[in-house]
Amino acid sequence: MNKFTVSGSPHIHGDESTKKIMYGVVIAMVPTMLFSIYFFGVDAIRVFLIAIVASLFFEWVIQKYLIKGALTINDGSALVTAILLALNLPSNLPSWIIIIGALVAIGMAKMSFGGLGKNVFNPALVARVFLLVSFPVQMTSWPKPTPITDGLADVITGATPLGILKEGLGAGKTVSELTPELPTYTQGLMGEMGGSMGEVSALALILGGIYMLWKKIITWHIPVSMLLTVAIFSGIFWGVDPEHYADPVFHMLTGGMLLGAIFMATDMVTSPMTKGGQLVFGFGVGMLTILIRMWGAYPEGVSFAILLMNSTVPLINKGFKPSRFGKI
Amino acid sequence: MDNIIIIAISALGGLGLVAAIILYFIANKFKVFEDPKIDLVEDALPSANCGGCGFPGCRAYAEATVKSAKENGNLEGLNCPVGGNDVAQQVGSILGLEVEAKEPLIAVIRCNGSSTNSPGKVNYEGATSCAFAHALYSGEGGCQYGCLGLGDCVDACDFDAIHMNPETGLPVVNDKCTACGACVIACPRDIIELRKRGPKEKRIFVSCINKEKGAPAKKNCAVACIGCGKCDKVCNFDAITITSFLAYIDFSKCTLCRKCVEVCPTNAIHEINFKPRKPRPEKPKIEAPASDKSVARKPAVDSPSIPEKPAEKKVIGQEAKPTEKVVEEKTVDNKDNKE
Amino acid sequence: MGILRTFALGGIHPAENKLSSNAPIETIAVPKQAIVPLGQNLGAPSKPIVKKGDMVKVGQLLAEASGFISTPIHSPVSGKVFKIDNAIDGSGYKRPAIIINVEGDDWDESIDTSTNIVSEITLDSKEIIEKIKNAGVVGMGGATFPTYVKLMPPPGKVAEFLIINGVECEPYLTADHRLMLEKGQEIIIGTRILMKALNVNKAFIGIENNKPDAINHMRELVKSQNDIEIQTLKVQYPQGGEKQLIKASVNREVPSGKLPIEVGCVVQNVGTAFAVYEAVQKNKPLIERVVTVTGKAVKKPSNLLARIGTPIGELIEFAEGLPDNTGKMIGGGPMMGKAITSLEVPIVKGSSGILLMKKDESSRRTESPCIRCSKCTYVCPMGLEPYLLSAASKLSNFEMAENESIMDCIECGSCQYGCPAGIPLLDYLRLGKLKVGQILRNRK
Repeated sequence: MNKFTVSGSPHIHGDESTKKIMYGVVIAMVPTMLFSIYFFGVDAIRVFLIAIVASLFFEWVIQKYLIKGALTINDGSALVTAILLALNLPSNLPSWIIIIGALVAIGMAKMSFGGLGKNVFNPALVARVFLLVSFPVQMTSWPKPTPITDGLADVITGATPLGILKEGLGAGKTVSELTPELPTYTQGLMGEMGGSMGEVSALALILGGIYMLWKKIITWHIPVSMLLTVAIFSGIFWGVDPEHYADPVFHMLTGGMLLGAIFMATDMVTSPMTKGGQLVFGFGVGMLTILIRMWGAYPEGVSFAILLMNSTVPLINKGFKPSRFGKI
Repeated sequence: MDNIIIIAISALGGLGLVAAIILYFIANKFKVFEDPKIDLVEDALPSANCGGCGFPGCRAYAEATVKSAKENGNLEGLNCPVGGNDVAQQVGSILGLEVEAKEPLIAVIRCNGSSTNSPGKVNYEGATSCAFAHALYSGEGGCQYGCLGLGDCVDACDFDAIHMNPETGLPVVNDKCTACGACVIACPRDIIELRKRGPKEKRIFVSCINKEKGAPAKKNCAVACIGCGKCDKVCNFDAITITSFLAYIDFSKCTLCRKCVEVCPTNAIHEINFKPRKPRPEKPKIEAPASDKSVARKPAVDSPSIPEKPAEKKVIGQEAKPTEKVVEEKTVDNKDNKE
Repeated sequence: MGILRTFALGGIHPAENKLSSNAPIETIAVPKQAIVPLGQNLGAPSKPIVKKGDMVKVGQLLAEASGFISTPIHSPVSGKVFKIDNAIDGSGYKRPAIIINVEGDDWDESIDTSTNIVSEITLDSKEIIEKIKNAGVVGMGGATFPTYVKLMPPPGKVAEFLIINGVECEPYLTADHRLMLEKGQEIIIGTRILMKALNVNKAFIGIENNKPDAINHMRELVKSQNDIEIQTLKVQYPQGGEKQLIKASVNREVPSGKLPIEVGCVVQNVGTAFAVYEAVQKNKPLIERVVTVTGKAVKKPSNLLARIGTPIGELIEFAEGLPDNTGKMIGGGPMMGKAITSLEVPIVKGSSGILLMKKDESSRRTESPCIRCSKCTYVCPMGLEPYLLSAASKLSNFEMAENESIMDCIECGSCQYGCPAGIPLLDYLRLGKLKVGQILRNRK
């Protein structure tokens, strides 16, 4: 006899799934991955592979032997964390440091909080900041991007545009004196500037962002409010004193700004649940980034800004509730 | 250089002294008087904070007892089921009151609708919550009074005393039960009842709360109580009442004579921890499948882990006729109760 | 043509699957045995006034109302009362019912069984309400609230608009659609009767945009009448929810915890309007209704006019049999309907449809952890946060659930529909509502 199933309604469901969302993010990162391989060559492939294999391995080991729970390495979340971690690293980072990064990202920042959906801080960023503070030399000898078509030359290291700016301003130079050393806008857009693998090509990142918006994986609120805040704040200072403050477009194209705005700050698990809350979150990230860039000790502030705002998300969720229907 | 050290020590020391004096006076001024007996009573309590007494935590119960002793001169209506008679005596002696011993109780599952007795007719998918499933539908076996097997009682227990048996889908209570009543409240169908533990843990109860007539009841479950009344007729102590086609044994009147267990046609009445009966000539009866935590009169089906016991171990006075069924019955009893 | 109205918050767009929208209403034969449950409305079950062995006619009173929120029940068939006993209902619980062995099809003499349409409304408001009450009319959209109670606003509240719900936002269901196409005139007269009963002079009939033929037909019928307006509504679930419909129709939000009359609106289903017409103009009590039998594997998706008390097995037979691979039977639509346990369950006043789902469609997805994507919050039409309420209920934190307005939930299922992680949000929401409801009742 055919046994009927009894369950509560609804009895149909949409076709969205966690796997689809995660692999959607991976597809959105493909242009950036391709650009980074183009500019950084075999090294980039090495970093990607090690990050991915190490992350998946650590998640598998922890789930199978430590937690002794269900294995979920197939759902794509570890893969996303791995690729995001790789995009935050310089392509000449030694392999053993990458593996430590994967362990921190998966083990410390994700699994020890309870696994998928329970972490407070963005795992890839936790790992990047951990590595930056623990291995400052290796994490800041940025290779110069050499298109793969120019042949496989030896890697030359140089500073990032933000590094040049900070050091130069600190030494007393003005912005116009530094401009020859800084990349042009086109170079920034296409990716010919020093930095981590994901920081280089703005165009690739924007393409990924458009894909995710189309697939409804992210909403526009966080990237737009973050970039708008950066533009306005830096614009005010640049307008007042263009010789000591860089212009807004420079800020948007350099460093991890676009990578952070499109991929890191929009991470669903660690960002607010309501659209109002997301706007506030984006504003906070933008403000903190510019503050650190202008007056902080580090040349780049996106990672710290996002992590700091991650810690305020539970509070933002409490304060920003959706408008209730029929609220008296 | 030395001056600095002396100055530092005397400055901080003086500051500390001033602070201590201020705190001392403030502590005395704002002191709340608490009867020291409350602390003594609280220490005597089991500190489980389970709520079985009806108060929010052991401290609140301690306060209530001291208050009751002062105002009423007795401890009427106040009982800590987890502590039992020992703790009651201790509390009584602290407060200087006579406390009468109470019968220890235990939680009893009044349903035997296992997956064999009440096979599933539909498949349930959804939240693992008895409260939800109860509101949704009657149950996989079809009996709307039967256990849903989703474990709200297991979640409610603070004492690790109740666990779900995965083979039967029914909960099993073990000796750790303190009769705090949490599982009774948690069960949406009122299947669990607190009953007397009985002398040497012997008890008899009707393992069914189905109020339907015989035919529809048996359609869903092979060991349902059909309200036939045979048990009532045979009981000499007026302990059994039949209401709405369901028998109920009053444990304050029951003398554990077991006559009702023998006559029940569906094996709905269970006896726990009894010695095996005198072997009797078998009467042709309906073969009822084995129930899990109690004894069926018929030979237990599938008891692979039960060792054979030598016949000499039986009670003095009984004929040493080692029939397989009797030996298995005895070991099933003990094993089940140790769970 | 009119603008496309809709409600502002949330909403989803499940596949419509209106497989039976072109199937005209067919009348199914009376069953051999009718099982008439005594509890067919929201509120107290009715009290039987017949006993075993009595002979009854179609339309004869079987049970009277027991209390204010209760309705009488009339016999849907003619024959002999076999017994008054417990019979299984959709959820598997046994409830009291009157079981009648059917003999012939004799109707009570007072009922006008002719097919001509009676347009003139001769009774006044009080008489209309009394007649609707005595005919046992309840909300036919599925809620089964006694209609006459809705027509008597409590003191201090005045009805301003009547809104007729022709939305039918649930996928698969087409009973209301066919009713509007085939009995449009009767529905309009029923609307007028309700307007008179409520003393309002403006009514709206809301129809979703996926039924253009019904919209055009109804518009034609009210061409010259200014006080009844047909409104085209955007296709969005749950457009047919009472509060969402009022928001879309007259742009008023029913306050949390209150009824539509608070904003001067009364909402009735088109099926109810039709039943009101039959009750007032034809003296016919509520004894039959249109039920959609549908499903991807059903050979003949149909809309059947069936007597109350007909076992659903017979309706499925009429639709050419239970498909072999049926995994689930649903009474109602796929978003809010209830899974049925047996084929003997009878049609009752609130049965809008029978949906048969194939085995591969019947299982739920495996649950995985919440990734806080917020999709549930985006689609909730009441502006709630299902992820939070569901987690609070699961952890028995009912105080938080109450503070986060869990009692506002209309149980539409949009949250669970869209959840990528397959979490049974509505299960826990319902559990939370149950417990919080108990707490609130104990508080009084």
